[in-house]
Amino acid sequence: MKTKKKNFSYARYGYLFCLPFTIAYLIFSAYPTLYTAIIGFTDLKGIGKTDWHFLERPFDNFVTVLTSPTFQTAFKNTVFLWVSNFIPQLLLALLLAAWFTDRRFKIPGEGVFKVLFYMPNIITAATIAILFNALFGYPMGPVNDLMTRFGLIDQPYNFLVKKNIAKGVVIFIQTWMWYGYTMVILISGILGISPDIFEAAEVDGATGWQTFWHVTLPNIRTILLFTLVTSLIGGLNMFDIPKLFLMGGPDNATLTTGVFIYNQAFSGSYMYNRAAAASMFMFVIICAVSAFLFFILRDKDEAKLQKIVRQQEKEMRRRQKELAKGGKA
Amino acid sequence: MKKSDNHHYLAKTLIFIACIILAIISLFPFVVMLVNATRSTTQIQQHAVSIIPSTYFSNNLKILLGKSFNPAVGFVNSMIISVCATALATYFSTLTAYGLVVYDWRLKRAYFSFIMAVMMIPAQITMIGFYQMVYKIHMTNNLSMLILPAIASPSMVFFMRQYMQPALSLEIVQSARIDGAKEFYIFNKIALPIMKPAIATQAIFSFVSSWNNLFTPLILLTDQKKYTLPIMISLLRGDIYKTEYGAVYLGLSLTALPLIIVYLALSKYIIAGVALGSVKG
Repeated sequence: MKTKKKNFSYARYGYLFCLPFTIAYLIFSAYPTLYTAIIGFTDLKGIGKTDWHFLERPFDNFVTVLTSPTFQTAFKNTVFLWVSNFIPQLLLALLLAAWFTDRRFKIPGEGVFKVLFYMPNIITAATIAILFNALFGYPMGPVNDLMTRFGLIDQPYNFLVKKNIAKGVVIFIQTWMWYGYTMVILISGILGISPDIFEAAEVDGATGWQTFWHVTLPNIRTILLFTLVTSLIGGLNMFDIPKLFLMGGPDNATLTTGVFIYNQAFSGSYMYNRAAAASMFMFVIICAVSAFLFFILRDKDEAKLQKIVRQQEKEMRRRQKELAKGGKA
Repeated sequence: MKKSDNHHYLAKTLIFIACIILAIISLFPFVVMLVNATRSTTQIQQHAVSIIPSTYFSNNLKILLGKSFNPAVGFVNSMIISVCATALATYFSTLTAYGLVVYDWRLKRAYFSFIMAVMMIPAQITMIGFYQMVYKIHMTNNLSMLILPAIASPSMVFFMRQYMQPALSLEIVQSARIDGAKEFYIFNKIALPIMKPAIATQAIFSFVSSWNNLFTPLILLTDQKKYTLPIMISLLRGDIYKTEYGAVYLGLSLTALPLIIVYLALSKYIIAGVALGSVKG
């Protein structure tokens, strides 16, 4: 009995346990990805159509999309909206994280503040988009009401027909929704740093700012990168807020690539092929970004170990060569 | 020493004030929403900001439900999708992680590398192919198409594996085997209970992201009876509610209030979960 157990291979259970994931992944992710890529090279368009032929010039859809001024606007908007929400979001989160983890003083109500700052992140983005549309309503939305009451403006102002204000509000919403999340992640990163390092800095007489700049920041590098990459991927897919806040308007000012893809495929003339081509373009960018993150996150100890192994092999070869040389001489 | 204490006291006060301001900014939109849900459209038009609730709640509700907005249907559909998707995602992610931690098989390392490589790719980006596939098999209005993909949640598998590796000792598994336990029995009766904290954390986030998802349901669902809550919300943007401010605020409140209440009740765990989910530097 005992020998039988010993020889019994459990490897097949490894495959078995991973089987449901594999099947679901192949059906719901791998196949759609491949299919999207194929559709990008075909003439598939029109509501309810499913049959398609490859185009004679296979890259036509890609050329059409990439040279389309609307797509270019959408792409520029997407990058602009992400960059200009990520910078204030990160700075605010860093500042709050530094305050909340400061060893010299404790802010009263810290726990309550964390809960409130994170709250917008959990509420449905669709609700928030429409809520802000109502808040900036014209002529008598809450923002107009407040501003006229405090005498900041004489008359109600139609904010959302102005392109820059519309963009600004989207940036505000994104920052407002995400700085709490980033803050919580950074706090956990800072709390993960060994307290000895901070004590050493204190003994050396470092000021709060010096400690933050030379001790805290370098030690949360990985987490900062993680935040950057995940936020970038999320930003490249921005859809709910721009779609429901102003439908990409006014005059395409808040049109993102996500909204562009949706509009191409599910409105107007139902250009599935062009939407697929645009998707694939974004897919390639996202793959590049996540490959970068994958490179950073890969098992560090293992990478170190492999490096040592490689060095040892090199050393061995060098010695063998020397030995061979010595033998000859 | 005295000077430094004063300095700290000042810094502390300024930081506290800054935090109060940020807290007000976080709350203000929701307060306006909830208060205006109880005010009449005329009151809102006169003064859109008020902190005093009024008495028009039931009136607003009548207007809201008189049109195509049916939050109860959206609520039930969203609940079905989110509960089922969360159950599948947590169970199968833990199962896959178990397969990766407990057993030694030839493709294990390659498999895990693959999961790490694809975990950042958002489903939204390949939605055209997904839509065409679902359309071809006539399942566009079938809620299962929003549930079953949850079985393959790469980022959750990643999290579960990271959590399981130190938490589950292979000796326990080994001794259960000697006692004659079958592999699936060991997983269900020993591994799952050990993974409870990780499952609870991931379940919250899986539920919330499924509940809040707009893109996929918007593309797949055309039957009003199958609409999820976020699609219901998007209807409030339409022309039929253009001048019914009170009703719009009420509709938004009805969709946001359950989330706010659940969030405030579970906030301790949710925030701890966010912190846990970040990659340990």
